[in-house]
Amino acid sequence: MTSHALVDRPSRRRTPVSWVRGGGLTTLVFALPMLVIFGVFSWAPIVKAVVMSFQKTNLIVTEWVGLENFQRVFADPVLPMAVRNTAYFALLALIFGYPVPLIAAVLMSEVRRAKGLYSALAYLPVVVPPVVAVLLWKFFYDPRPEGVFNTIIGYVGIPPQPWLQSATSAMPSLVLEATWAAAGGTVIIYLAALTAVPTELYDAAEVDGASVWGKVWHVTMPQLRGVLLITFILQIIGTAQVFLEPYLFTGGGPANATVSVLLLVYRYAFQNSLGGNYGMATALSLMLAAFLAVMSLVYFRLTRSWSTS
Amino acid sequence: MRSSRTTALAMAGVLSLGLLAACSTDDEPSGDESAADGKVTITVAGLQPGAEETAVDALNERVEQFEAKYPDIDIETQEYNWLASTFAADLAGGTLPDVFEVPATDTKVLIQNGQIADIDEQVKQLSYAEDFNPEVLAAGLSDDGKVYAVPAKSIYAVALHYNRKLFTDAGLDPDKPPTTWDEVRSAAKTIHDATGVPGYAMMALDNAGGWQLTAAAYSRGGRTQVVDGDTYEATLTDPAVKESLQFLGDLKKDGSLLENTQLGWGDVNAGFAAGQFAMYTSGSDIYTALVQNNGVTAENLDYGLTALPNEGDDSGTLGGGTYAAVAPQATDEEKDAAVKWIDFWYLSKLVDQDQAVADAKILAEQTPPQAVGTPTLPIFSKEQYETSLGWIQDYVNVPLDHMAGYTDVMFEQPVIPEAARATQETYGLLFPIVQAVMTDPGVDLDALLAEANTQSQALIDQAG
Repeated sequence: MTSHALVDRPSRRRTPVSWVRGGGLTTLVFALPMLVIFGVFSWAPIVKAVVMSFQKTNLIVTEWVGLENFQRVFADPVLPMAVRNTAYFALLALIFGYPVPLIAAVLMSEVRRAKGLYSALAYLPVVVPPVVAVLLWKFFYDPRPEGVFNTIIGYVGIPPQPWLQSATSAMPSLVLEATWAAAGGTVIIYLAALTAVPTELYDAAEVDGASVWGKVWHVTMPQLRGVLLITFILQIIGTAQVFLEPYLFTGGGPANATVSVLLLVYRYAFQNSLGGNYGMATALSLMLAAFLAVMSLVYFRLTRSWSTS
Repeated sequence: MRSSRTTALAMAGVLSLGLLAACSTDDEPSGDESAADGKVTITVAGLQPGAEETAVDALNERVEQFEAKYPDIDIETQEYNWLASTFAADLAGGTLPDVFEVPATDTKVLIQNGQIADIDEQVKQLSYAEDFNPEVLAAGLSDDGKVYAVPAKSIYAVALHYNRKLFTDAGLDPDKPPTTWDEVRSAAKTIHDATGVPGYAMMALDNAGGWQLTAAAYSRGGRTQVVDGDTYEATLTDPAVKESLQFLGDLKKDGSLLENTQLGWGDVNAGFAAGQFAMYTSGSDIYTALVQNNGVTAENLDYGLTALPNEGDDSGTLGGGTYAAVAPQATDEEKDAAVKWIDFWYLSKLVDQDQAVADAKILAEQTPPQAVGTPTLPIFSKEQYETSLGWIQDYVNVPLDHMAGYTDVMFEQPVIPEAARATQETYGLLFPIVQAVMTDPGVDLDALLAEANTQSQALIDQAG
């Protein structure tokens, strides 16, 4: 009897009527708006980009070219520069941009008074629209001796710097602004994570005679491990896609010293009024996406053992 | 319970249908909706975003005059700024106005790709259709000789613009502007040493940098591309290209070069209008834009214009121009209306005394006035150009006596068009080298130019 019922039930459930009665239709109809929005604005462009990477098109006349776009991207002498610049940006951003919010958050969590004020100050740059921030910093980076930063460093006897106008100092200048602009968001994440650290652990550490540094190293850091891992990979993905700063600050110059991979994608697609090479642009975009996907996978595999969850 | 669930379902369904409909709606061509009342509505390229209020007023007055003359046509102006970075997307997306402007470098490819309309029939009906300077009209013709684009707005040669006040402040005679590149260099140094203001600025942002480098190379007798029959050869390794780059490196060493590699066409105009440097090269007609977009007046800028130096055999001045074209999807009625507007707004003032005076009067009577009489190269004949200037001489308000260095030689100096193949792409290869030498005068120019030359040749071969 029991076995009969088990065999019988699935076949009854499969009829369309029972699917509707069971709420299948309702689910689908409610999901439909979201599916349409995602389909039209996210998935369709992705599929279209994959298709375009095998085509030569000016959006009016289109022909299939196989792997030619990929070959031409690899043959472009600017590609190695763009990869190198992007890696350099990511590295500098990691050295400066990764620890700064953490240090700031730990310090801020130790402050006893006016905590809100410090969080607001740290978060303020995130509220400034990025384009406005870059234009403002462009003004700060004026290479003349009377420029804002040059005046400031002049007070301590450092000669005027060319900032964005030199191939060597342009990239660090971009990273400086990017760190300033992005730190606030990460600080807030760390602050939130720090409040979740049980205070008993600090008390216990104190009883054991741990110094401030010892508490940070042995209590705070291990407790923040999960968050640190996530912000690390998000930072790598974010910096690998850096576009705004080189585009607005330098246009990739001087002499291609700040061309990033994404800026190169943009140049392929939009630099020339007639030769908009959407095929090469989508080909390079796909390669970047594939690289980041593989890297994220490897990263999560490698770090799975020391993740908290 | 049942009914509220049905309502919710229906709402969700309607929402998703609405989304689908919103995504699939195509804009109907404006011709259809206007056909009902017998009127044709066309959108036309207006002024650049950020133009001075008086320039906008002047345009609006001309639009009113046009609509009074042709009651069946409605004109809608659209702010327009030709940028390499947005043009292709606008063109493909159909968001360009019905009448738009393109540089001479792009017309041939647009015609080949069917991206601009055949307006041969309409243009041939203009009374002056046979009077165009054939060399200038050539860029707007298809291979079988049909008119697709007409020279409009202005035809220019690249020239040297200078701030006369800074010349005077530095003890130089502003009526004797430099005529050789060595004199440009020494004037730049003198000005910088005496006033602290950089003597020279160079557009180096994006393709504009390659464009101005090409102009500098032409003026030293060089070329960036040589045509022999059907063969197009990239010649970026021409010594004149390297000399032009070294010139910038020398200025950098002198300390007289404006330290900014991120100046585009509009940025350099703005900097010049603000007196941030003394000299730069750009199209000879830039004064109109300085007044229109940067609020320059005779009082706030002592403007001077002179010809580029011409040195060495085969030297010449890079010429170019702006052409008016019509969107490819335009109906016959829209094309008729479009060419009537092109005639009215761009061309009739050059061939018809009444139109010339009407246009000049509106511009001159704005407060502050817009520029009238900025020197350009003739779209028709030299005689016609001079005649048309005669009609409006009462309204001319540009400092012509400070432009003599250019106007004295404008008809004698050889004007050479931009390269024929992969022009913008080659500019794109050159601007990073311009930036390189502006930031590091010791850079290995031979190596950079040799590499760019290989790439330029590859692009030329692809284009062919």
